[in-house]
Amino acid sequence: MHELSIALSIVDAAAEVAARRGAPQIKAVHLKLGPLSGVVKDALLFSYDIACEGTALAGSRLLIEDVPVVAYCPQCHSDQRIESIQRFTCPGCGTPTADVVQGDELLVTALEIEP
Amino acid sequence: MTPRLIEVRQNVLKQNDLLARELRSSFRDAGVTVLSFVSSPGAGKTTLLEKLLTELHQKMNVAALVGDLATENDAARLARSGAPVRQIVTGTVCHLDAEMIRKSMVDWRLEQIDLLLIENVGNMVCPSSYDLGEDLRFVLMSVTEGEDKPLKYPTIFNTADVAVITKIDLAQAAEFDRATAEQNIQSVRPGMPVLRVSAKTNDGLANLLKFIQTAREAASELSSFTPNEVSTGSGSDRAEPLPIADLRLPAGNAATVRD
Repeated sequence: MHELSIALSIVDAAAEVAARRGAPQIKAVHLKLGPLSGVVKDALLFSYDIACEGTALAGSRLLIEDVPVVAYCPQCHSDQRIESIQRFTCPGCGTPTADVVQGDELLVTALEIEP
Repeated sequence: MTPRLIEVRQNVLKQNDLLARELRSSFRDAGVTVLSFVSSPGAGKTTLLEKLLTELHQKMNVAALVGDLATENDAARLARSGAPVRQIVTGTVCHLDAEMIRKSMVDWRLEQIDLLLIENVGNMVCPSSYDLGEDLRFVLMSVTEGEDKPLKYPTIFNTADVAVITKIDLAQAAEFDRATAEQNIQSVRPGMPVLRVSAKTNDGLANLLKFIQTAREAASELSSFTPNEVSTGSGSDRAEPLPIADLRLPAGNAATVRD
């Protein structure tokens, strides 16, 4: 359970960006989250509200976009979506692949602010 | 009024990743090979490291860092090998991060270390998010934990480089199905080298030592290698580990890689 410290890092990162932009009121933080980040979405959402308390982000929402895992298939020579992280095989041809090109994201992509 | 959207692109773990890259770079400059070990509590990390330190201490300058929530018991155990060992007491934190590694090594002279072993906090979840600047990450699972451990914790296996099945002296008593376990490892991390060891009977220990020696030679070749510029984008561009595909497994302990 390290989601609280992750949530605190998100709040810090967002507050820093906000401060650079003249400290507008932040309404929401957009985050891309991949299954290979090792971060559990529900635990992160739960921790986010706690992390925001007493900061410039109090009352803001965390909007999480789930990013699918994508791996390169050496047989098909293309990026393929991995449906289950318990089975890293190409959905097209069944070739095992560990060449992950997407899916460990833990990335703040946008802030919603009051204009 | 509708809210305005500011686009940003900031990796939440940027600070850890940047620091880990700095560590990796200074380790490589000083010729230090760094191996980290993760597992659930009780899988046998400390016992295995005790064995490795004792064996390797006679051949090279080996040091260890060991993380635990509380107590310095593990450091005391590992220090019996004669190698320099330092405990990292994390308090309530369930994993090690790059800053803890940096802080605990401030007064160590890297030129005097050939091999650094890092034992993470016993936890199969949180350590997967944190790059420590290691060359290779070993994930351990003991035969008493069940063959489906990799399926239950795919992320830690996926972010590790090498799997080690421990306590193989208990395999029969635990009715451990090796083929299924190795198949599950290959399912979550195709091509992952799998080693088997008993720190009690020393079965498989020579192979593991040989593997570490090979990893060390591969790392030495990379010591003059300059990594690409630091990216602050997604976590997908984690610093490059050793080219594991180039590491040959010792004969007789090879992974069963599916076709």
